[in-house]
Amino acid sequence: MATAIPHRPDAQNQALVDGYEAAIAARRRRTLLGIAILAALILAAARISEVDLGTFFGNLGRFTSYIGRIFTLEDGHLVFTNPAEWLWGLRKWLRLLGETLLIAYLGTVIGGLGAFGLSFLAARNMVVAPWLRFSARRFLEFCRTVPELVFALIFVVAFGLGPLPGVLALGIHTMGALGKLFAEVVENIDMKPVEGVAATGANWAQGVRFGTLPQVLSNFVSYTLLRFEVNVRGAAIMGFVGAGGIGQDLVEAIRKFYYSDVSAILMLIVVTVMLIDLVTERARHALIGRELGR
Amino acid sequence: MDLAALTARHPSAFRPDWGRRAVVAACVVAPVALFAYALASLDVSWSRVFAGLGRLGDFVGLMLPPSYGTTAKLLTYLHALAETLAIAFLGTLLAAMLALPLGFLAARNVIPTWIFRFGVRRFLDTVRSVDTLIWALIWINVVGLGPFAGVLAIMSSDFGAFGKLFSEAIEAADNKAVEGVESAGGSRLHGVRFGLLPQVLPVMASQVLYFFESNTRSATIIGIVGAGGIGQYLYEEIKVLEWGHVSFLVLLVLAAVVLIDAVSARLRFAVIGNRPQR
Repeated sequence: MATAIPHRPDAQNQALVDGYEAAIAARRRRTLLGIAILAALILAAARISEVDLGTFFGNLGRFTSYIGRIFTLEDGHLVFTNPAEWLWGLRKWLRLLGETLLIAYLGTVIGGLGAFGLSFLAARNMVVAPWLRFSARRFLEFCRTVPELVFALIFVVAFGLGPLPGVLALGIHTMGALGKLFAEVVENIDMKPVEGVAATGANWAQGVRFGTLPQVLSNFVSYTLLRFEVNVRGAAIMGFVGAGGIGQDLVEAIRKFYYSDVSAILMLIVVTVMLIDLVTERARHALIGRELGR
Repeated sequence: MDLAALTARHPSAFRPDWGRRAVVAACVVAPVALFAYALASLDVSWSRVFAGLGRLGDFVGLMLPPSYGTTAKLLTYLHALAETLAIAFLGTLLAAMLALPLGFLAARNVIPTWIFRFGVRRFLDTVRSVDTLIWALIWINVVGLGPFAGVLAIMSSDFGAFGKLFSEAIEAADNKAVEGVESAGGSRLHGVRFGLLPQVLPVMASQVLYFFESNTRSATIIGIVGAGGIGQYLYEEIKVLEWGHVSFLVLLVLAAVVLIDAVSARLRFAVIGNRPQR
């Protein structure tokens, strides 16, 4: 038995088709407009930043030859053939790497402590006057928006050369970055345990200690460990402006064309950064796992 | 029931847990000890800290009010700021374009051979571990001093990060949409275009915008090594102790960063809509 499939008259369909095509055309126009704006921005940016493709492709060989050169010893052999010669300054570099790690550690701890204190002032659910919360938030914003190297430059003039300005610069930046994250953690806690502790007759400090802290501590530690990773990278370049760590030797090696030293120091930095990443990732996962297991 | 009776009935709940206490004590003592050791070995003395804080106070006094000197200088600063924004914009865009193919290569559901993926991932990790400032120094050797070296530096260091993030976005994509398109008669290419791309593109776009924000900050400092942007002037004014100019430049950077944050937050919202960010 044949069934007749009901057809709408073409005239009626036409209106729907037109509507569909109009909608598609509008979307296409918007996409094209977006692409045009993007292209215009790219051209303007390329002009301002003096992009010169001629120089780039003309000198691209220099990039590969530079990479090749830093992996070559003075006698023309590859660095891997003579590790003793390549890593001649290993003892000094390891000491500087240790200094870099200590700078990162001190900066993280100081910044973390500052962030810990300020986050309670910046969190909405902690009893605090609005003006205090507002100023705490603006202060944290200022601390994390100004690049740490700018702080380091200013501190080097004030405190003199050495690791101290590096520590303080990292500390201030860390405080700004962590303070925001900590405040968000505090705002997202469950207030019921805090109320429960208060209902047993505890005062405000005890409420924070037994109601708030157990909820936020693991998150705080996890964020701080993550920040430590970032700070190790940051501390490695503090030496560029004279604020301690291995950066000083690296910038000297690059500027004075001690080619194989460049690759040796870079290799040490990359390995250290990867190791620290690995260790802190393990620690964070262990922390989160314990949290979930409870 | 008083406390003594409770203690008698549930001795285990009231017995001090020395093992746990030892762990807590170790968790507190070890960082504090390391902190003290670090202070000692980095030669941080209170006298230096206080002398430095005093000088810092003087500098802050001299920073107020912020000033830019002559109009010619103001124009130079504004041009340097535009340069900074251009460096961040182009660097981010180039990094994203270069990382897109590598993101596919490093994704598990695109390339199933683990050895190849492992190689690509380690390569991306290495590129990522080298800081923007170091890349800037290397690129200056290739294209000379100036903002172009800055663009290439931002591109190099972000390329590693984008490759990793993109591959994760592609791995997290739902394959059902691709299968759906193919079951409706679409080719493999149609599946990628109408099934995969609409899923990953908004995630990628929002990551690119986020990096543009953070690169605006990075681009302010690469001028310190001569790779263009406002950092160069910041460096010079600090060296000659022109604190009024320094604070003006810092305010300029702050204003630019806040502006870019606002614009990119709106764009991000437009791109990903109300969906929770992955």
